Amino acid sequence: MTPKIETKNLQLYYGAHHALKGIDFSANANTVTALIGPSGCGKSTFLRCFNRMNDLIDGCDVEGQILIDGMNINDRYLNVDELRKKVGMVFQKPNPFPKSIFENVAYGLRINGINEKKILEEKVEKALKQAALWEEVKDNLKKSAMSISGGQQQRLCIARALAVEPSLVLMDEPTSALDPISTSKVEELIYQLKEKYTILIVTHNMQQAARVSDKTAFFYIGEMIEYNDTTEIFTNPKIERTQNYITGRFG
Amino acid sequence: MNKRLSQKIFFTLFRLISLMIVIVLFSILGFIIFNGAKSISWHFLTQMPTDGMTKGGIFPAIVGTLILVLGSMIFAFPVGVAAAIYMNEYVKEGPVKRFMRLMTSNLAGVPSIVFGLFGMALFVNQLHFGDSIIAGSLTLGLLALPVVIRTTEEALKQVDDSFRLASIGLGATKLQTIGKVTLPIAFPNIITGLILSIGRVSGETAPILFTVAAYFLPKLPHSIFDQVMALPYHLYVIATSGTNITESRPIAYGTALVLISIVLICNITASVIRNVLGKRNK
Amino acid sequence: MFKKIINKIIEGFIKTSGWVSSIIVLLIIIFLFKEASGLFNKTPLEEGYMLVVNKKNPIDKLNPDQLKNIFDRDSTSWKTLGGMNADIEIFTVEDISTFYNDSMIGENMSNLPWCINDHISKTENVISYFPEKYLPKNFEGKILHLDKISVYQFLKNKIWLPSARPVSQVGAMPLIISTLLVSLVAILIALPIGLAAAIYLAEVADSRIRTILKPVIELLAGIPSVVYGFFGLVIIVPFVQKIFNLPVGETGLTGSIILAIMALPTIITVAEDALRSVPKAMKEASLALGATHWQTIYKVMIPYASSGITAAAILGIGRAIGETMVALMVTGNANNFTFSLLKPIRTIPATIAAELGEASYGGLHFKALFALGCILFLITLMINVYVEYLSGKKQTK
Repeated sequence: MTPKIETKNLQLYYGAHHALKGIDFSANANTVTALIGPSGCGKSTFLRCFNRMNDLIDGCDVEGQILIDGMNINDRYLNVDELRKKVGMVFQKPNPFPKSIFENVAYGLRINGINEKKILEEKVEKALKQAALWEEVKDNLKKSAMSISGGQQQRLCIARALAVEPSLVLMDEPTSALDPISTSKVEELIYQLKEKYTILIVTHNMQQAARVSDKTAFFYIGEMIEYNDTTEIFTNPKIERTQNYITGRFG
Repeated sequence: MNKRLSQKIFFTLFRLISLMIVIVLFSILGFIIFNGAKSISWHFLTQMPTDGMTKGGIFPAIVGTLILVLGSMIFAFPVGVAAAIYMNEYVKEGPVKRFMRLMTSNLAGVPSIVFGLFGMALFVNQLHFGDSIIAGSLTLGLLALPVVIRTTEEALKQVDDSFRLASIGLGATKLQTIGKVTLPIAFPNIITGLILSIGRVSGETAPILFTVAAYFLPKLPHSIFDQVMALPYHLYVIATSGTNITESRPIAYGTALVLISIVLICNITASVIRNVLGKRNK
Repeated sequence: MFKKIINKIIEGFIKTSGWVSSIIVLLIIIFLFKEASGLFNKTPLEEGYMLVVNKKNPIDKLNPDQLKNIFDRDSTSWKTLGGMNADIEIFTVEDISTFYNDSMIGENMSNLPWCINDHISKTENVISYFPEKYLPKNFEGKILHLDKISVYQFLKNKIWLPSARPVSQVGAMPLIISTLLVSLVAILIALPIGLAAAIYLAEVADSRIRTILKPVIELLAGIPSVVYGFFGLVIIVPFVQKIFNLPVGETGLTGSIILAIMALPTIITVAEDALRSVPKAMKEASLALGATHWQTIYKVMIPYASSGITAAAILGIGRAIGETMVALMVTGNANNFTFSLLKPIRTIPATIAAELGEASYGGLHFKALFALGCILFLITLMINVYVEYLSGKKQTK
């Protein structure tokens, strides 16, 4: 089986700083992979390689191959806007636009030129259902997205990402700004989503990684130290540094 | 304790000085409003001046000022907003951006009379527009430009980066992100800036002295190449060099009141927009 | 496809607009300096005229001041100018009929050049100026050459009478001095008041008072200058006249008072921002050592914010220097060379505003006013760049 996503000898530099050092990584479709490691280890940077968000940073230079469905996206001539439509992203803090709930989810569709009301309504409903938010907001779709709770906002952002029907979803610490109850709702959602999507999730929360992911990659100072099944990593880490980290001895 | 006492003295002094500033403002406003209110009537606002500007109304000056404000904003608003977008959304931090900022602030510091000289040299003489609405509007537009750029840039800066990232993450292009996310969020503050610059432009006298303002022209303009009267210039003329200064004083008060009202309305509208829309976004 | 082109156009517009300020500043420089530089290509003699003396007169050159004295009848003897021991006789075309009768001048003044030649060659102590077109064919007098106006003279000369005839006096010195004097005094009045208000706003006032005071200050900044001028004319001018018992109330001081009121919002806002930028930790450290709030303000916060406060003052001066309408309406517009605040004076912007309308396009007076504009532009530009430099320094601290 060809992996859904793959990197080969991925090197990333911020100016003189070598932020990712030769990462070889692959993940299959319909899996959840957790990226863990101490702050500044490069896990978020790695995540952002898959939708080329690092392009927005001055002096950032990426070498090596990044493959999605076998196609190298680390290509100067690639249309990044098209790429980002296929790769959904959920950010650390919920960041809905100051528009209505409906318009937030419809945003990605509209920028793709979909303006027919019928299709929009259909897809918005579907996305909200997938994000397990439909029941809570279906009567208030016209309400401002700023007026719902933080946990709902984050699920709205997930719905917004799902509405354009990506195959890969990147989540950058999606629950770090949420309360425990909202967090567990989002985690539950992630677990359900892997039916349809391939998910990469950066998290600081060991328990979360253990709960939601199939595989876990441990990053440390720009290197991927260990990458294995989540149960293996948490019960039987091969490398001492990984063990030190997950048992809380540092980071 | 001595240091407590000196603190008390100084703070009281500062409070009194601040109070004095408020009193000065209200005495200027009160002076104009009290004296001007007597002159204001429907007749005054809608009639042509007569009898060597000692009688009649100020209608052409009101119309002239409105035309000039509109004309200057047609130029300054789109260009200023676009410039601010470029500076805030496209250019990266660095010498180029610093240079653009410096130039904008230099432009903002250019005295209004120098804009008048420039407008005369470029629009009136070089481009042969003559003393005309278009020359005056463009000159005022240049003057308003740095104000529009600055306020728009501030408004764009206040838009949280996470909105831009979310939009780009969904595959929107830069232009789509600006048009559908950044600008709508910044809109109330941009409009506030627009209104404030309208207030500023409507009161400017020096830039229109040699580019458009007519001393006495009791009719309305027919094309953008006509001259017009304008409120600030009209006030200057009848306050200092009219045919009969004492007899036309009431008209001067009335004109000043109309002028101040425009500024007041602009200021109040701006702060209402800022407060109402600002709260809604929170 | 169509949409793509539209998008390209919009992005092009945005990118070009980014440079608009720089382009306008450049254009201002080009147009102002182009007109102004014409001034230094001219002699102060009225255009199309020439200046002549008798051939035997030993003097070859006269400077504008000397000429002015001659034609004002202040210098009456050639001796004081280093020439012969004789009185100066001024002869102009208007005087022609006192020397020659109508038949000698001829029909339509056709014989006028001959008459001019005749009189000048006969009169040793004469000095004359007349339009070039009347220049006699075999002219027997001596044409005096005047130096072109130099930048140095323009800045240094003390008399501003550009429409004087036959020789213009374009000395910018009194205008520069008046402008700076009025502005400096305005800031000396406004700075302590503005600083007091800024401290009050930033440190003393509670938020309720702030929400009243801030709009008041904004409003003060929004009132058009011509309204300030009008207010000054009706209220402050008689006031100053009465207090100091002056013949006229339109003085430099009157201008300074109004300009001070107008400079207040700038000073207050910038100074308040500077005070607010003082790190909280620094303030708390001082308070924790037992200093009172006021001691903390003047011993810690004001020194820390000093560059911002300086910027406020300088920015205020810049505004005051460029202010036109107030200066035009309340400073009296007299052509005085004076350091006294209680006399009518005239500033650069007021001069431009008052005289540009009457100066003929492209003439010496016109160009001289543009040269004044250049001075004004350069002063404010320097002020601005310096203020930017100050605030840049603050950020890197």
